[in-house]
Amino acid sequence: MGNHSDGSPNHSGTVATAGQNVVEKFQDPGLPPHRLRLADTDPRAAKRAERQVAILFGISVIGTVIFLVSYFAIDLGQDSTIATIRTQNLLLGLGTAFAMLGIGTGIVHWAKALMPDHEVSEERHAIRTEEDRQAAVRIVEDIVEETGIKRRPLIRNTLLGAVALAPLPALAVFGDLGPRPDNTLAHTMWAPQDGKLKRLTRDPDGTPIKASDVTIGSAFHVIPEGLNELQEGKLNAKAKAVVLLMRLNPDDLTISKGRETWSYNGIVAYSKICTHVGCPVALYEQQTHHLLCPCHQSTFDLTKECKVIFGPASRPLPQLPIAVDAEGYLVATSDFKEPVGPSYWERDEHERLINS
Amino acid sequence: MSASSTAEVPFVPETKVGRITDFVDERVGGSGILREFGRKVFPDHWSFMFGEVALYSFVILLMSGTFLTFFFDPSMAETHYAGSYTPLTNVEMSVAYNSSLNISFDIRGGLFFRQVHHWAALLFVASLGVHMLRVFFTGAFRKPREMNWVVGGVLLILAMAEGFTGYSLPDDLLSGNGLRIIDGVIKSIPVIGTYISFFLFGGEFPGTAIIGRLYVLHILLVPAMILLMIVIHLFMVVVHKHTQYPGPGRNDGNVVGYPLGPVYAAKAGGFFFIVFGVVALMAAMFTINPIWNYGPYDPSPVSAGTQPDWYIGFVDGALRLMPGVVNDFHFEYIIFGHVLTLNVLLPALVPAGIIFTVLFMYPWIERWITKDNREHHVLDRPRNAPTRTAIGVAGFTWYCVMWAAAGSDLIATHFHVALNDVTYWLRTLFFIGPILAFMVTKRVALALQRKDREIALHGRETGRIVRLPHGEFIEVHAPLDDYKHYKLVGFESPSPLPAEPNEHGVVTPKEKRRAALSKWFFEDRVAPATPAELEAAHGHGHHEAIESGEEHKSLSH
Repeated sequence: MGNHSDGSPNHSGTVATAGQNVVEKFQDPGLPPHRLRLADTDPRAAKRAERQVAILFGISVIGTVIFLVSYFAIDLGQDSTIATIRTQNLLLGLGTAFAMLGIGTGIVHWAKALMPDHEVSEERHAIRTEEDRQAAVRIVEDIVEETGIKRRPLIRNTLLGAVALAPLPALAVFGDLGPRPDNTLAHTMWAPQDGKLKRLTRDPDGTPIKASDVTIGSAFHVIPEGLNELQEGKLNAKAKAVVLLMRLNPDDLTISKGRETWSYNGIVAYSKICTHVGCPVALYEQQTHHLLCPCHQSTFDLTKECKVIFGPASRPLPQLPIAVDAEGYLVATSDFKEPVGPSYWERDEHERLINS
Repeated sequence: MSASSTAEVPFVPETKVGRITDFVDERVGGSGILREFGRKVFPDHWSFMFGEVALYSFVILLMSGTFLTFFFDPSMAETHYAGSYTPLTNVEMSVAYNSSLNISFDIRGGLFFRQVHHWAALLFVASLGVHMLRVFFTGAFRKPREMNWVVGGVLLILAMAEGFTGYSLPDDLLSGNGLRIIDGVIKSIPVIGTYISFFLFGGEFPGTAIIGRLYVLHILLVPAMILLMIVIHLFMVVVHKHTQYPGPGRNDGNVVGYPLGPVYAAKAGGFFFIVFGVVALMAAMFTINPIWNYGPYDPSPVSAGTQPDWYIGFVDGALRLMPGVVNDFHFEYIIFGHVLTLNVLLPALVPAGIIFTVLFMYPWIERWITKDNREHHVLDRPRNAPTRTAIGVAGFTWYCVMWAAAGSDLIATHFHVALNDVTYWLRTLFFIGPILAFMVTKRVALALQRKDREIALHGRETGRIVRLPHGEFIEVHAPLDDYKHYKLVGFESPSPLPAEPNEHGVVTPKEKRRAALSKWFFEDRVAPATPAELEAAHGHGHHEAIESGEEHKSLSH
């Protein structure tokens, strides 16, 4: 390999010592001579540039008029359509654009063509003098010295302690920005209420789903019975309780021990909230039996109890145990057996709590 | 009275403008300031405009944002839509979303201002980013401007925060899912994550507090901090005076450019209107964030191809790239009965953490390696600092890989490739992309330096082919004029600085590490051509006669 450090591709240079102030350097030739512009020498060119600038300013005036006319002439009344709004938006925008670009290009053209374009060289003054620098350092040292903070460690240490503790009230105030999490994340609306099992209902209209409605290959977006009737906290409840309901050929399902009674005739229900960061896992690939989260592409295999097969999620989607009630409607036999949604520090604790 | 009648004639302005200036000055005493700044010299270069674009987009943001606050209502109370956008009639939604729709469809000019605001926000962060790249690649962050570089970095973070809080305000489906992701990321923080999430959202996600809280941050706290940082930033620019590109007549002791008044002020002032005009043009012609298509936030639906605004993309992309499970190893595991979600925590915090840590520390890292404590006011051409340029491009490549990953699904659907393959490739590039970029950039920079050397020593190629009497064909090279020539040779090319003993005569391990880094930094270098070399090049060249002929010509014009 060639020696790069000598700088020349064919090793003919004798240069390796630049930067160490021994190599003679080229002299700075100084500022290049000023070149006159056309408008500096030809009065007609200057006059032309003047007219161009005036025309650009004139265009700006036209733009302002366009804005005002389209603002007042187009009225957003009851009968206005999307097309009206789009047209008005376009005209207002074009009006503003012409108004602004006219002024902007006009001024810049004026500056470039007509204002003096002599480049000037100005001395750069030091940010501060050496004298100031030393004086400033001395003043700071004197100030520190006069406080005596170095000589009186008792004062210093108690002050440090006081300052360190002083923000605690602010932290305490922040603590009231919201309730404590407690166990709220461990439960969803699916828990049976007063011994009555919750029916699986369609999202968003809330009509119950009969097992016979669920044909092989179909998928339902599901909310718990009673969600739509909630007076408050509806979105909070929904954010935890949404479920995907699908029916597969029962032979395709691998069912682990303890979950034998969680599905009905190949109908399975899984939490729709991704275990990664909580987006709805809204895409069902019917042919491959995969569930895909459109946010970060975590992919879950429905036939293997929603095991993660691709993407950033690390945990399977929680399964909702379901059965059929006397009238043939699908019901949840219990709440989820684990917290749904993204993982959090206390999640394992909550899972143990649920199963105890 | 008597004073005016003495022999000393007081200074009386002759023109009307002069009299107004004098009137103001006699009352506020601004003549010193005016004298200092009225003709202050500013260097001019197209790449200095990016910072101006950022400043002007911020001004546009303040103006359009003020308009929006008059009509926006950040309440998350439920309401039913009754506005003129019929597809959503009677749909249940939050008041915030409702008022965003009203701004778009029922308030004259509202849609235009919304679009101006959103486009200006995208432009604001973009121009900040490009401005920082310019500052990095030209070495403008060097002493005495290190602290201003840090202020710039803080501005970038604030701008991203400002952008994200604003993006969430309409409470539409897309931004709601963005908040959902933020909630998931916050919950992954060990020990306090769940609490922070509950405090931020005022309870469980989504709650009814978050929009109002983000609104306060978005229109009060963050803009105030941005404004403060801008003031500090510009104040320091004035203190330091602007940097200038290298060239004839320019050195660290002077500043060459146009005086502030009139020509520079006119150009810069005019440029504000141009930026505003371009933003208005975009707002007029290109729809941005059509919230009416997304619908109100609902935790159940989500549309495919969801994307955050571009500047959050790199974090979202990192989230996508991280595998949750590799073979049978799960990145989420249970430690002392608690859940550690590394598959979320690592990608959300580590890449952004590395990028901003290196960004903030870089001026001091380079100063430590080079032991260069001089003031620099002349910029480096990026090719003349090959290692720094390569580091910058490597970092930029890393960022871009993550950013591209945020669109992995769109890449897959647009180019008809498997989504999984796109992810695998990007995961690979995440690791080797920056290394490749470093090597390629460094070689390109060195090659450009060699080209400069060639031109400085042998002149530029004229394209004229001449046949010599003995049959050889050569291309005639014409020497450059002194000014262009100086641009190619007037730069420093430091060589590695070996380890030096400290005052006790000891070479510390830290100093050895520094020397090793210095070697890595400077060992590959191309020194500028010297007069002696130019002499030699002319002495032995067989096309000397023709070259000197050209020289006569160039002297004669």
